[in-house]
Amino acid sequence: MRAILISLAAASLALLGACATEPEKPAASAPVESAKPAAKPQAVEPKPVTRVETTSKPSPFAALKDPKSILSKRSVYFDYDKFDVKDEYSPLVDAHAKFLRDNPSAKMLIQGNADERGSREYNVGLGQRRSDSLKKRLTLLGAREDQIESVSLGEEKPVCTEHTEDCYAKNRRDDMLYSGEY
Amino acid sequence: MIRLLAALLFWTASAHAQLAIEITGAGAQRIPIALAPFAGENALAPGISSIVRADLERSGLFRGLELPAISPEPTEATNINYSEWRSRLADALLVGSVQPRPDGRFEVRFRLYDVVKQQPLGGVAYTLGKEQLRATAHRISDFVYEKLTGEKGVFSTRIAYVVKRGNRYELQIADYDGAGAETALASFEPIISPVWSPDGKRLAYVSFENKKPVVYVHSLLDGKRHVVANFKGSNSAPAWTPDGSRLAVVLSREGGSQLFLINADGSGVRRLASSSGIDTEPRFSPDGQWIYFTSDRGGTPQVYRMPATGGEPQRVTFEGSYNVSPRISPDGKTIAYITRNAGKFQVALLDLANRQVQILTDSERDESPSFAPNGRMILLATVINERGVLSAVSADGRVKQRLSATAGDVREPAWGPFIE
Repeated sequence: MRAILISLAAASLALLGACATEPEKPAASAPVESAKPAAKPQAVEPKPVTRVETTSKPSPFAALKDPKSILSKRSVYFDYDKFDVKDEYSPLVDAHAKFLRDNPSAKMLIQGNADERGSREYNVGLGQRRSDSLKKRLTLLGAREDQIESVSLGEEKPVCTEHTEDCYAKNRRDDMLYSGEY
Repeated sequence: MIRLLAALLFWTASAHAQLAIEITGAGAQRIPIALAPFAGENALAPGISSIVRADLERSGLFRGLELPAISPEPTEATNINYSEWRSRLADALLVGSVQPRPDGRFEVRFRLYDVVKQQPLGGVAYTLGKEQLRATAHRISDFVYEKLTGEKGVFSTRIAYVVKRGNRYELQIADYDGAGAETALASFEPIISPVWSPDGKRLAYVSFENKKPVVYVHSLLDGKRHVVANFKGSNSAPAWTPDGSRLAVVLSREGGSQLFLINADGSGVRRLASSSGIDTEPRFSPDGQWIYFTSDRGGTPQVYRMPATGGEPQRVTFEGSYNVSPRISPDGKTIAYITRNAGKFQVALLDLANRQVQILTDSERDESPSFAPNGRMILLATVINERGVLSAVSADGRVKQRLSATAGDVREPAWGPFIE
């Protein structure tokens, strides 16, 4: 069993090794360990393998990081000078609200952001408006007030720094973080 | 005594400063002053008269004359021939000497003369170690400035600012000219809004090291700091009361961004005002009577003020749709603020008596103006060629200086108080 596992692992390594370098190279560079053949074939009784089932489900918190789950999406974007959560984000907001309702121990930090134009402290205020707005939506959908803290990063943590409308739009956002991520 | 001079460009860069300075523009009337090299000053580099010259010229109120080599070198003990100095077109004359002492320290003496009135204006003798050279030169500059203009000089004051290099932020404190910078706080998260306590011994600031804005007070004497405000939500925009015992801050703990007052040790929080808008950037007037602040309660961000003891805020700015970051001049008569003018963020001055507005800068991305404690210059953050630099502009808009770091972006300047 272990020999099979090792050769599987080694085969994966070989595949990975091939991908990391030029594709044309043969994949034989990784060491492959194989079971030594027996001196003469002998009948081997297959041992019964006991099947064990775990009773716990995968942790719900795993969904937060699963790229296939909407819960791994954490950002809501805003129009210029606006802080209302647009309808296009309703499925996302609903999903996070449900998660918070279903997992009363879950805690969220919403960080609101503004684009770079204007006073830094006024932009802290604009980011706060945005994070408060999203928090309000989530609590209206059943999340508890004490599950969510809404704060602002103002213009201080932009995801891009070009002085273009395109970049400004990426920075006008709320980011939702769960405990353990901040 | 004062001569009118044509405006001219003057450039200087201080190799010893951690911030490099460039000056453009000139004051309308500059006092021509002969700054003779102090006898023996080469024993202590850089020559003390060169620091004094740079100080006085940086103020925009003085023009240091080019002098021929004079032999023997005049000192504070020399009998002055006033007509000789008048013929060199000097209105004032500074002479002095630097002498080494047996204990390794130095004696610096100087005397200042009014060449027009043909009388001495006084002099001082100092004993100093060589590490006190710049501080001594600045005290001499303060003496000269005060005797000849009637105002206090700011040459011995300090500035605080934030430098960002990559993902590293440093809150630094330097001499007013950028020399001798020391780091008070280094962080991988942003630092904004440093403000000096009135006694110059503490800085309050906002740090994002906890992934949210938190207000700290930092003691400059021992480097110890404590949290002043870390309530649920955001905590920002600190401003000291004139007696240094409390801070106005902006908290979102009761929803939105609203003004609160809190003791400097973090106790005793109480709300100052209520609005359904963003209230931020509070500043106390020097007499403690008013709190000026930014609010968009009327729809667009404007400057308001309210009595410090409580009461209805009144709007102060009426021109333009974006007026933020109010700062009150030390004499309480003028407000400097940032106005958005045809899409450009520039520094404006509002005269509280006649309500006239003057725009001081022609740049595009000005932020966080800060008055020098004599009210003559305003330090601000701006962007030139995509780099964050500090700029200082005289209150009449004529003299401009630029201070830039050798690497990284400089922002969030705060000019410190006079230290007695």
